Amino acid sequence: MTVPIAWYMVLAAVLFSIGTVGALTRRNGITIFLSIELMLNAVNLLILSYARLLNDQAGQVIVFFVLAVAAAEAAIGLALFIAVYRLRRTIDVNRLNLLRW
Amino acid sequence: MSVELIATLAKYLAWVIALLGLLAPVMVWVERRGMALIQDRRGPNRVGPFGLIQPLADVLKFIFKEEIVPTAADRTMYLLGPILALVPALTTFVVIPMAPDLVLKSGLRIPMVVVDGEAGVLLFLSLSSLGVYSLVCSGYGSNNKYSQLGAIRATAQLISYELALGMAILAVLLPVGSFKLNDVVAYQQQHGWNVLLQLPGFLVFLVASFAETNRLPFDLPEAESELVSGYNTEYGSMKWALFYSAEYVNMASLGALMSTLYFGGWSLPGVTLPNNWLGVAAGAGILAVKVLFWMAFFVWVRFTFPRFRYDQLMRLGWKVLLPIALVTLLGVAVLVVAKIY
Amino acid sequence: MEVAIFSIFALLSVGFAIVVVVHPQPVKSTMSMVVVLFSLAVLFVLLGAPFVAAVQVLVYAGAILVLFLFVLMLLNIGRERAAGVGQPAQRWVALIGAAFFAGFLGMLLWRTHGPDTLDALTPDYLSIHRLSWELFTTWLLPFELVGLLLLVAVVAAYAMARAPQPGEMTPPQAGALPAAPAEVAEVGGEAP
Repeated sequence: MTVPIAWYMVLAAVLFSIGTVGALTRRNGITIFLSIELMLNAVNLLILSYARLLNDQAGQVIVFFVLAVAAAEAAIGLALFIAVYRLRRTIDVNRLNLLRW
Repeated sequence: MSVELIATLAKYLAWVIALLGLLAPVMVWVERRGMALIQDRRGPNRVGPFGLIQPLADVLKFIFKEEIVPTAADRTMYLLGPILALVPALTTFVVIPMAPDLVLKSGLRIPMVVVDGEAGVLLFLSLSSLGVYSLVCSGYGSNNKYSQLGAIRATAQLISYELALGMAILAVLLPVGSFKLNDVVAYQQQHGWNVLLQLPGFLVFLVASFAETNRLPFDLPEAESELVSGYNTEYGSMKWALFYSAEYVNMASLGALMSTLYFGGWSLPGVTLPNNWLGVAAGAGILAVKVLFWMAFFVWVRFTFPRFRYDQLMRLGWKVLLPIALVTLLGVAVLVVAKIY
Repeated sequence: MEVAIFSIFALLSVGFAIVVVVHPQPVKSTMSMVVVLFSLAVLFVLLGAPFVAAVQVLVYAGAILVLFLFVLMLLNIGRERAAGVGQPAQRWVALIGAAFFAGFLGMLLWRTHGPDTLDALTPDYLSIHRLSWELFTTWLLPFELVGLLLLVAVVAAYAMARAPQPGEMTPPQAGALPAAPAEVAEVGGEAP
């Protein structure tokens, strides 16, 4: 029996919401970032499921681009964290609150 | 169970037995006697004739030694390190063809690759890039300055040289037009060995493969005179033996890949092997000879050159090898488009 | 067979995704993320995208997460501090909200695509040759732009993460950290 495509899509939805919980709940900046990457991967899974459903390889190309953009974003985000740590000695997002009221 | 599934399992088992069961112990002996020969001394000669039973003695020692986990170590990461070293090592060789296709009496054609997927060499690269995690886990989990430093250095070294390795591989794949290694071998049967046409790419691949397996002259992460033993400082007995075997299996996989990409793999120039069991045996034998040659070469180089300092190492990887690989890739691309290649 | 592989790796990915989100140590979270990415790569292969799967393991699991681990080791990030006052309520809201969202999205997708049947996997769909052809003809402009983006990212990351050079403008140095907001108390307080 072949796996119905809806299973992949529901899995993507579940992973996306797990990532959302992580991004909203954690205090460590890098873990928040990791949860965002999890969300990106869930979306990749969804795009690939649609590509498989519609039998169009454009989905794979799009996922390729999403992967590249995620890489660029990870590099810059982590560089930002290093710079912030150098100044503030913490990456706890509750304490990085200079722009707060 | 279909014939293909049984065939896949048999092929994988053959590789594992050949690499982990036969090659690793033989390499232990070869390395120590070779080291001794080059260093003008005798080497192990007490256990059995010419020290041939030395690997068995080593294995027995490893099995009976006490397993220690340092108290301050992060237990999960510490124990995960050796496992993560062996798992990529035991999966990278699945895309390397051993022999010409086997055509059974029923007419079924079985390719002599464990995984005959579309993304052949890419699978090799991706699985070997997972080998970085063993360094990270063991260095971090050991809770030890020297291990941590060794782990960071090793990780940076590995990911830097992966780029040059990948580009050299791409330069070989451009004229072939496929990621599958069987196609590369078929191309070389027609056009002669790739090493002649792609010498700069081959040299880049050779140097990068030394860096990828953490062998001298690039073995700063596990340098005995520098960082105690780098990321495997805190490891003894069977866990260390796992690291050690993983290193040899990695060397063998890269040697096999090098032979397949540049030296024709299981084929010889001008010889067409039959598609039966005789051809399989002959092809596997030819590949084995080439792999053994590269293993001996690795040992030879280890005791010939001094070690690279870390900044020299990184400079070589980024400022020398990567530009050479890029230019080679560009050159080959131009030649392919101009239909000269 | 396919159902078995899918179930194993789907459960693995969900389980380890929960570990990523829940575990107090960032290093263990990152290692769990490696497992998630690897399981997803297997699922990608099942979906007929071997190239994307290999690139995912090579780039995402093999480089980006290593970068994460590097930064964690360099900055010596340890355990996350225990939650302060007000954190549990926030956590419940997030959990319930996400559960609703997952339920809603999952139900939507299930209703729309549950009855869909898949065509068999053609060698045409699996062909990397065709994929790269499309990448370099139809999608050439986005390809070049993404290359440019990566170059910009490399330069920016280098500029931000290096130590300030002499004579470079630096932001005012941190003195004492501003006091933690009154409504969040530190459990097992640490020196700033």
